[in-house]
Amino acid sequence: MRFMPEQFSFRDLRELFAKANEEKSGDQLAGIAAGSERERIAAKRKLADLSLDEIVRQPLIDPADDDVSKLILESFDREAFMPIKSSTVGEFREFLLDDGTGEAELKRIQHAIIPEIAAAVTKIMSNKDLVLAAAKIRNVTRCRNTMGERGVLGIRIQPNHPTDDIAGILLSAFEGLLYGCGDAVIGVNPASDGVDSTGAILRALNRLVSMYKIPTQTCCLAHISTQLAALDRGAPIDLLFQSVGGTEGTNRSFGITLEMLSEGRDRIIEHHRQRQDVSWKGENVMYFETGQGSALSTEAHCGVDQVTLEARAYGVARAFDPFLVNSVVGFIGPEYLFDERQIIRAGLEDHFMGKLLGLPMGCDVCYTNHAEADQNSVDNLLLLLGAAGCNYFMGVPCGDDVMLNYQSTSYHDAIGVRRIFNMRPAPEFLRWLEESGIYHGGEPAKLNESAQRQLMKGLDWSVEDIR
Amino acid sequence: MDGRFNKLALNADSNDIVRRIKMHTPARLLAGRAGAAYRTETQLQLREDHAKARDAVRAELDLKTDFDSEFIEEWKLFEVSTRASNKLEYLARPALGREFSEESRAEILKRCLPDNDIQIAIGDGLSVLAVQRQVPQLLPLLVEGARKSRWSIGQTFVIRHCRVGILNEIGELLKPQVAILLIGERPGLASAESMSAYMAYQPGRSHSDANRNLVSNIHDRGLRAPIAAARILNLCAQMMRLRISGCTLKEQQAMLPSDADRIT
Repeated sequence: MRFMPEQFSFRDLRELFAKANEEKSGDQLAGIAAGSERERIAAKRKLADLSLDEIVRQPLIDPADDDVSKLILESFDREAFMPIKSSTVGEFREFLLDDGTGEAELKRIQHAIIPEIAAAVTKIMSNKDLVLAAAKIRNVTRCRNTMGERGVLGIRIQPNHPTDDIAGILLSAFEGLLYGCGDAVIGVNPASDGVDSTGAILRALNRLVSMYKIPTQTCCLAHISTQLAALDRGAPIDLLFQSVGGTEGTNRSFGITLEMLSEGRDRIIEHHRQRQDVSWKGENVMYFETGQGSALSTEAHCGVDQVTLEARAYGVARAFDPFLVNSVVGFIGPEYLFDERQIIRAGLEDHFMGKLLGLPMGCDVCYTNHAEADQNSVDNLLLLLGAAGCNYFMGVPCGDDVMLNYQSTSYHDAIGVRRIFNMRPAPEFLRWLEESGIYHGGEPAKLNESAQRQLMKGLDWSVEDIR
Repeated sequence: MDGRFNKLALNADSNDIVRRIKMHTPARLLAGRAGAAYRTETQLQLREDHAKARDAVRAELDLKTDFDSEFIEEWKLFEVSTRASNKLEYLARPALGREFSEESRAEILKRCLPDNDIQIAIGDGLSVLAVQRQVPQLLPLLVEGARKSRWSIGQTFVIRHCRVGILNEIGELLKPQVAILLIGERPGLASAESMSAYMAYQPGRSHSDANRNLVSNIHDRGLRAPIAAARILNLCAQMMRLRISGCTLKEQQAMLPSDADRIT
C-alpha cells in the first residue's frame, strides 16, 4: 500500500513564518497557526530552504504602512549582509552553531541581521540550539555601572508596592541589596501613573543610591511622557523606561511614537551631562520591556506571528542603544502563551533573538495565576536562561509581586542561579558589595551585627527624611 | 541544622525599624533563607497561596449568590454576559469577552437609559472574589460622590466573562460621558481580592488602552475604597473638563479623605 505525499502550500511569507512557529496559543488565537503538526514541519522545511536575501526583499509588513518596518530597513547594514545574503535559513542556523563561529563573527553581522531573519532561524532551532547560540554572545552596556560582561549576571530589584508607599518600596529594595541584587537597576513599576508619585519614587530611589554610594541605576517604569514630566519638575532619571512593540500600531496603543523615544533619549543624555555628581560609565540610558503577544492583544499584529513581531520589537529597541531590554515572558497570560512549555519556549526564543540582534537581553521569568504554570516553571526557565548567559533577571521579594499580581524570580533565586553558574554581580557593584561587607570573596557574607546596624542606620535616616 | 544557615537576610526580631517599616508593605520581606533557597515554611506558604489564587481564577460569577439580595435590590443590579460561554473560552479567546451577547445587548438597551454623565458597570474579569468584596464598598461611594457633583448616573449592571475592552461597546450602546468598569484583577499571591477601575471618556469602537485610565489595586490592604472612590471621581471630573481620557490625561492629586490611612 502506498501513501500519497501530503502537499502543503503557503500563500506568502507571512503565512509561512506563522506556520513554522512552535505551538503558541497566541498564534492560534490570531488564526494563523499551523493546522497540524505535519503542516508545521512542512513550513519549517520550506522556511529552511529560503535564502536570507528573499526575506530582506519581501518585508512581512510594508514599510510604507508601518514605521517599524521603515526603521528596520533604514538601519540595515547592506555591506555586512553581502557575505551571508545567499545563505538559506537552514545554512544560517548551522553557521550560528558552528565551532568556528564565535562572538566576533556574530558581532560583525549584527546589523546585517534584520529582525525577520532572527525570527526565521529561531523557528528551526531547538531549545538547546537557542541556548548554545545565545551563550556565544555577550552584549555589554554602560550607564552608572557595566552590565553584560562574560561571567556577570545582573539582577533588577523590583520593589513594587500596591500604593507606591515610599517606605515600603525602600524596605523591599534594601533587603534586595543584602542579597546582592540591584546591579541591573532598582526599578519600580508604579501603581499610579501620576507625575507626582513618579517623581516621589525617583527621588526616593536616588536618595537610597546616593546615601549608600551604590554604583547602580534607578528607574520608575511609568509611561515615558510621565517620566519626562517628572524630569521637568526636577526628578533625577538614570534610565528612561518604555514598553515597546513590533508594529507602529502596537506602539500607538502604548501611547508612543519612535520620535518620542528618540527625543526622550536625547533629553536623558543631556540630563546626565548636567548631573556631574554621578560618575557615568557610558551613554546607554534606555530601558525597554517587550513580550510576545503584545501586538495581538492591542489588535495591531498585521497578521504576523508573535515570534516575528517580538523580534521586530527588538529592532525598535536596538535603534536607541538601551542599557537593559527584557521580555516579560510569562506576564501576558494563557491566551498568548498557554502553559509552562510555551512560556519556556518563548523565553528562550526572545533571549536568543535579542542577543543575536545585539541587545543586552535580560528576562522577567514569570507567570500569572491564570496560566498553566507554577513556581517550578520559573525554576526551569531560570536555569535554562542562566545557561544561555542571560544578562539579568528580576529580584522580587519571594517572587511575589504585590502590585502587578504575578510571580517572578526572587532574591533567593538570584543567589541560587549565580551560584549554580558561577556568575558574579556587575564589577563596580561587586566591589561595593564587598566594601559594604554584604559580600565576601564573591559570595554573600554572613553579616556581622555592626555591619548590619551600620547599614540599617542609613536606611532609618533616609526613610525618616522622606516621611 | 548544620549551622551554615546564613543569617544574611534581615532579622525581624533584632530591628525595631524593620518591624516598623514592614507595616508599610505586604511584600514578603524578612523571610530568611536556607542556603540559596527558601526556608521550608516560606516554600509551602507560597504554594498554598498559589493554590488559592488558582481556585479564585476558576470560580464563575453568579449575581444571586455573589451579592446580598438587599444589595442587588438596592442597586437594581442585573446580570448580562459577553460572547464567551464559559471560563475556558473566556481565557482562550479574549475577543469574545469584549463584546456582549445578542440577548445581553437587548437587555441592556431595555433596562438602561443612555446619555448619562457616568455609566458604571461591574465585570468579573479574573476574580469574582475581588468584585464580591470590593463592589459593595465602592459602588455606594462612587454614586454618592457623583450625585454631589450633580452628574447623572446610568443603571449599573454586572457582566459575566468580561474583559476591559467591553468599555467600547458600553460607550456605543449607552453613550455616557464617562464609562467606569469595575473589574476583578488577575489574582496575585498576596490577594485574590484586588479590583481595578478602568475608565474612558466617551468610549467607542476606536478606543484602545491608550484611551483609558486605570485605578488599580483596590482592596483592603492596597488602595482602600474611600481613596479609590476619590481618585475615580477626580478622574471623572478631569475627563469631563478636558474632554479626553488615556495617557494624554495625567491624573492630578485627588483631595483624599483625611481619615483614610494607606495600609492597615
